[in-house]
Amino acid sequence: MSTSVGFFERSPGSPEIAARFGDLHPPLAPASAVIEAHRCLYCFDAPCTAACPTHIDVPRFIKKIASGNLEGSARTILDANILGASCARACPVQVLCEGSCVMHRNNERPIEIGRLQRFAMDALHASGAPLPFSPGADTGKKVALIGGGPASLACAAELRRQGIQAEIFDARELPGGLNTYGIAEYKLPLAESLREIDMLAQLGVEFHFNATVDAEKLAALEAQFDAVFLGVGLGAIHKLGLANEEREGVTNALDFIAGYKSGTITSVPEKVAVIGGGNTAIDAANAAVRLGAAEVHMIYRRGPQQMSAFAFEYEHAKQEGVRFHFHVTPVGIVGADRIEALQLARLEELTDGMLVPKAEDGRVLEVDLVVLAIGQGTHTDFLRDGKVQLEKGRIVVNRVNGKTSNPKYFAGGDCTNGGREVVDAVADGKRAGIGIAAWLEVAHANA
Amino acid sequence: MNPFWLASAPPTNCGEQIMRAFDAGWGGAVWKTIGEPITNVSSRYSSIDWNGQRMMGLNNIELISDRPIEVNLREIAEVKKRYPKHVVIASLMVESSREAWHEMVQRTEDAGADGLELNFGCPHGMSERGMGSAVGQVPEYCEQITAWVKEKARTPVIVKLTPNISDIRIPARAAKAGGADALSAINTINSITGIDLDTLEPRPNVDGKSSHGGYCGPAVKPIALNMVQQVMSDPTAALPMSGIGGVATWQDAAEFILLGAGTVQVCTAAMHYGYRIVEDMADGLLAWMGRKGYQSLDDFRGRSLPNVLEWKQLNLNYKIVAHIEETKCIGCDLCYTACWDGAHQCIHLDRGLPSPDITRTPAQIAAISSRTISMTPLPKLDAHSAGGHGPYATPLARIPRVDEEHCVGCNLCSLVCPVPECITMQQRDTGLPPETWEERVAKGAAAEANAITGNPNL
Ligand SMILES: Cc1cc2nc3c(=O)[nH]c(=O)nc-3n(C[C@H](O)[C@H](O)[C@H](O)COP(=O)(O)O)c2cc1C
Ligand code: SF4
Ligand code: SF4
Ligand code: SF4
Repeated sequence: MSTSVGFFERSPGSPEIAARFGDLHPPLAPASAVIEAHRCLYCFDAPCTAACPTHIDVPRFIKKIASGNLEGSARTILDANILGASCARACPVQVLCEGSCVMHRNNERPIEIGRLQRFAMDALHASGAPLPFSPGADTGKKVALIGGGPASLACAAELRRQGIQAEIFDARELPGGLNTYGIAEYKLPLAESLREIDMLAQLGVEFHFNATVDAEKLAALEAQFDAVFLGVGLGAIHKLGLANEEREGVTNALDFIAGYKSGTITSVPEKVAVIGGGNTAIDAANAAVRLGAAEVHMIYRRGPQQMSAFAFEYEHAKQEGVRFHFHVTPVGIVGADRIEALQLARLEELTDGMLVPKAEDGRVLEVDLVVLAIGQGTHTDFLRDGKVQLEKGRIVVNRVNGKTSNPKYFAGGDCTNGGREVVDAVADGKRAGIGIAAWLEVAHANA
Repeated sequence: MNPFWLASAPPTNCGEQIMRAFDAGWGGAVWKTIGEPITNVSSRYSSIDWNGQRMMGLNNIELISDRPIEVNLREIAEVKKRYPKHVVIASLMVESSREAWHEMVQRTEDAGADGLELNFGCPHGMSERGMGSAVGQVPEYCEQITAWVKEKARTPVIVKLTPNISDIRIPARAAKAGGADALSAINTINSITGIDLDTLEPRPNVDGKSSHGGYCGPAVKPIALNMVQQVMSDPTAALPMSGIGGVATWQDAAEFILLGAGTVQVCTAAMHYGYRIVEDMADGLLAWMGRKGYQSLDDFRGRSLPNVLEWKQLNLNYKIVAHIEETKCIGCDLCYTACWDGAHQCIHLDRGLPSPDITRTPAQIAAISSRTISMTPLPKLDAHSAGGHGPYATPLARIPRVDEEHCVGCNLCSLVCPVPECITMQQRDTGLPPETWEERVAKGAAAEANAITGNPNL
């Protein structure tokens, strides 16, 4: 099936979820946006721009907000980052642009770049104007993009702007990958992700849904297209490897988040435990609180300093009411048909950093739902026949242009970097799109 | 003596207002100009905002008082009765005939005004009727009318000058020649504040049309200071002066007094914030005077006048250069791009490089940096990526360096730097004695003359 517009209308959101997951960072009012924009110094070769993986010209778009040129502001953002609206909401700005703002050294609050970016993008969406770009003159070339997440979307946009046909193949019903299904709703609502993708469709990006790509399908696409971009992301969440793990009441963070975002999950039982210490684990724990759990526990093997979640995410979760248990691990699942409790063991760190459970120090935590968030595997089995070079399941690429070991294949996003932020995937996709266009031009120059 | 007066304008429209102003701490008020009552238009004001700040400059197309002369005079008498120690000046504007002026002077002085201010400045409306700046722009009229008023007046006569003229000293000299006791400067400056880009109508909008109006407020202070200095350093023009134009703080007041003003008049600031601003103006001025050891205004009045010279009298051998304090620099690099694009290309971003490299233009540096690949730093994966910045809070590559040899000491970088005291201008000894352009030319002329006569000592 191939559709091109109207994803936004098809968003399966539920009003109850919308009510429970109000904006984490409310939008700026027009007057505050202008005042905030005026605070920006307009730094030369600005550190905020350097820190942004897509290198949005931050002072330039901010000055345009200050002057009331909102159209120009949105164009400046989109020119560098075609998913500027999602990134404005989903980016960990504290460690990116805002983290590097010179204002920190001036004893002042950094400029609220994320909220200003959202302000400009919201204004563009509200105006109903299309993307301020048009497709390049048709080159007759076409590229298949596997996976519909941010890397592929950014790559496809770059290709369309250069007159190359871009067809995205995704296993799900709606495009966007993690943007649509994986980011906490109070940061990036599902509908907003789709609204943005509608604009890409207007640029002529084509979508094929429910289209799982296996080795066989890939071979067919390879024969049919001039190049292939792999933006397949990561695979399923790891399992604990305990008995009874398939029992009802055990789920994983990705399914849990996708479930509530698409409205199939609207409530949770009394007591929820989330296993893990990453940003996804935190998102799942906060979601459980907002979905009405009375107790939400986070179970993590090491201490708060070792969590891979950002410090500000940890602080946020504490404020939401999540209870943290450090240096413990589940060693057993209790319950007849559905889960009733987790058996936890205290962990001891050996001198070489190895963690070993202390059996005698165990305790039992009553829970009704266990959400696993202990890292994702890779999803590159269908490439194992040596199509592209892999390393620990990740696709090896030249980061400058997304080239893999196979000249016809390019890749970017989580399947190459092992799992980072949306903006990193967008930057990868953009560089790969430019790389593909350059390669197609050279490869076919004599054809 | 309290030098803070309200200027003739809406804040001095009626007796009730002026009495409230006196209660708030103002020392005097120049009554809103009295004359044959006029009809105003609406709207009348428009303003210039800057960087989020309101009313940096105010424009108005208002005329003189729209209240009957008798009412104004009655209220003057009332105010003087209740506030005998405060200064009440009547601002006057009547048709240009000797009888009309004589009659007006008589009536206002009878009402009890402490002095008269002749409004030769109003640039709109009144000038079309042969009054206001139509008088102020013609020295002969200025002198003539001042003389007529002086024939009759028993109280001091102040002539209020219009800035809408090429050399303010000329009408000032005329006023002095006509016998004026004092001057006040400046009235408002001809202006168009802006045009509505949706409707293409200029502001302030009167049924889709507008007219040039008078500009005042903080934006005009530098112009006013210059005009006061010009008049006060010209012996044929100088008289006791009331400084007007953009006065809003005690610093502004001190500056006008340092250039010779005895009082200052305030309009826009009082319209913006109300009468209460006078409290800090007086308080701040007194505190500053205390720090400087001044007992009275006379201790510093005009003290800066000798420091304003003509360009040809400035020392050409005085050299300063920019100096960047590394510990304060936040790395915005505004000074760098300002010196490259707006000055003399002598600030460089090459501290991180092994040897100085003055060839990279700002555009090249921006291009190089935009090609770097950045990633979101993840606490676990990139624990070591967050490096320290060495001895300074800012990465060395972002702290600019001044090439002192080529710095012309223009100040631009220190003006753009957002951090106070980060860029200072420091003196460097040139080893040369002070020399002005005037002296150099004189010497050159002497050298030339000597070359002709063959003086071997030169
Ligand atoms: C609305 C308005 C009306 C004014 N009316 C008069 C006036 O009637 N007579 C006069 O001499 N000056 C008048 N002025 C000029 C002020 O007295 C004063 O000279 C000028 O505003 C500069 O001072 P400022 O910068 O403190 O406002 C008026 C100014 C404004 C803004
Ligand atoms: S670093 Fe901060 S002040 Fe400088 S341009 Fe970026 S947002 Fe503006
Ligand atoms: S003073 Fe002028 S010339 Fe010197 S460094 Fe600063 S901007 Fe450049
Ligand atoms: S303008 Fe000031 S703070 Fe900015 S880089 Fe230059 S010296 Fe540093």
